[in-house]
Amino acid sequence: MSQFTLNLLVIGASFALYIGIAIWARAGSTAEFYAANRGVSPVMNGMATAADWMSAASFISMAGLIAFTGYDNSTYLMGWTGGYVLLAMLLAPYLRKFGKFTVPEFIGDRFYSGTARIIGVICLLIISITYVIGQMTGVGVTFSRYLEVSSSTGLWIGAALVFVYAVLGGMKGITYTQVAQYIVLIIAYTIPAVFIALQLTGHVLPQTGLFGTHDASGAKFLAKLDQVVTDLGFRSYTGHHNSTLDMVLFTMALMIGTAGLPHVIIRFFTVPKVADARKSAGWALVFIALLYTVAPAVGSMSRFNLTATMWPGAETGETFSQPAVSLEDIQNREDLNWMRNWQLTGLLNWEDKNGDGLIQYYNEAGAANEPLATVIAEQGLQGNELTTVNNDIMVLANPEIANLPGWVIAIVAAGGLAAALSTAAGLLLAISGAVSHDLIKGAINPGISEKGELFAARVSMAVSILVATILGLNPPGFAAQTVALAFGLAASSIFPVLMMGIFSTRMNKEGAMAGMLAGVISTLVYIFTYKGWFFISGTNMLPDTADAWLFGISPASFGTIGAVINFAVAYLVSAATKEPPAEVRDLVESIRVPRGAGAAQAH
Amino acid sequence: MSDRQSSNAYWQANLKLIWLCMIIWALVSYGFGIVLRPLLAGISVGGTDLGFWFAQQGSILVFIVLIFFYAWRMNKMDAEHGVEE
Repeated sequence: MSQFTLNLLVIGASFALYIGIAIWARAGSTAEFYAANRGVSPVMNGMATAADWMSAASFISMAGLIAFTGYDNSTYLMGWTGGYVLLAMLLAPYLRKFGKFTVPEFIGDRFYSGTARIIGVICLLIISITYVIGQMTGVGVTFSRYLEVSSSTGLWIGAALVFVYAVLGGMKGITYTQVAQYIVLIIAYTIPAVFIALQLTGHVLPQTGLFGTHDASGAKFLAKLDQVVTDLGFRSYTGHHNSTLDMVLFTMALMIGTAGLPHVIIRFFTVPKVADARKSAGWALVFIALLYTVAPAVGSMSRFNLTATMWPGAETGETFSQPAVSLEDIQNREDLNWMRNWQLTGLLNWEDKNGDGLIQYYNEAGAANEPLATVIAEQGLQGNELTTVNNDIMVLANPEIANLPGWVIAIVAAGGLAAALSTAAGLLLAISGAVSHDLIKGAINPGISEKGELFAARVSMAVSILVATILGLNPPGFAAQTVALAFGLAASSIFPVLMMGIFSTRMNKEGAMAGMLAGVISTLVYIFTYKGWFFISGTNMLPDTADAWLFGISPASFGTIGAVINFAVAYLVSAATKEPPAEVRDLVESIRVPRGAGAAQAH
Repeated sequence: MSDRQSSNAYWQANLKLIWLCMIIWALVSYGFGIVLRPLLAGISVGGTDLGFWFAQQGSILVFIVLIFFYAWRMNKMDAEHGVEE
């Protein structure tokens, strides 16, 4: 059976499963559409949260980011998991107790202001729409690579699928589809990782293989990797090279950004009890950790495999003990098929600059270091000859690099699609909830019937899918900057305002609104100063380099500073204006205790 | 009034527990994983040092334990203060 047929079968089977679930879990009421009738068990909700959270970025890009940078990009691992501790202790249980459907609804009620609710809606829409563009692009790329259709056809197929289960099922349909998608994506991620860990270190668990012994050379795997990459002029894999301050701030921005992402928060509205919201955050992190503790092993091992493919000597002995891989081998050898396949996508490329028939891969920036300098002189090298290596191929090409069977490749393709589609659906639900519940029912037409609202929710979901697809087809120039933007905004606006709403009874509407605006505007101005106004290249006022950054703080890390500004401004303004009315203080008191109606009546 | 006081005691106990968990949360990630890594450089783990392990594995495992510990303690506290669902 050809690889194409296999891909088609596996992806087709996974899609049939999702549609089957969608038909079974249709939503009949707004409570089902927005919050799955609050009937999802904490373990199931944890699994759905994990799929919702782990996007194309986690599945496809993260291991590659770690592979080519090493220790310094541990920030992603800690940042994208540590946020769940904040969610479990600072937000989820209280927002569940509050018992409404959307994040802006809490902001509006707690700060007794329709304006605050609208500011919340605007922040939510900017965050979720930038985020969803990345997912849709990921769907298009995966389709075009594995099903040999054009990227835009792939995008429309993906959009049609999301339409079926998100518009029909709402939160209920999305939740149960996400459970299935989690299972598909975790299997897809783990199987190749286990194979590769076995090949390189003899460990079944990639998590221990990472710290195990490299079988072929007898050295510790990470020590061997450090040796090989520094031989080739790269910075050591395990070393700490970037600014410590920026690492801390970036990790913090990812953590509080995660805790402030509306599509993650609304997942905790679906569980039956407050106690379940706490536990569910734990289960979510367990399921996320299954991928996140494997990712650093996938990153380091695929980096090693790639390097050892280019320099076969590195496998068993000294890096330069054998000549580099030859052009002829790349063009003919069966086990190097993957290089030719990926060259077609433009994500991998090479060029024999000095015409010696060999492809030498090294880092030009480290060309002065020994032993590389001697090799360059002896072999007359004219520059690095592996001219393009895209981060993203590290996960997608992983099974091919390691020569794993065809069905593994097909599962990885289905996994990548599951990761992108599950996150897109969660984001679209957050967007449609904000439009139908906060804008239409909350501001424009408060008298709308339940049936009317459900219809409005479905229409706004369909419109969001259409907008996301069109944006995915023509990604605006800033698609690559979505991480900085989405996390920076979530960290500097939504997280602080929710936390202050719960932990301070004194915080009033003036403080909250001033804080949100100050946090969002300072973060946007800082990002735009270095990345260009609205990401239009050439309009940046300062160069985007570490020397030009204020105190060496990168634009992606600024969300942390934005959050601090938000808190500070909110407290100052709140202290200078009159305290919130008594019923708002009662509301805060009531969300702090799990007991429902009883506690509320006692006040 | 007595209800308000008991829920105050409950809230103070909750805040104390949150602080404890947050200190551990920060210590394993920002501490052992980043800032204090040079101090742990002497403890070698599989070809590198303990700080690297905390940054790529340990902190995540501690986060999981922290959430379940917090959930377990809070469920007990809910019952002790009579505010459980």
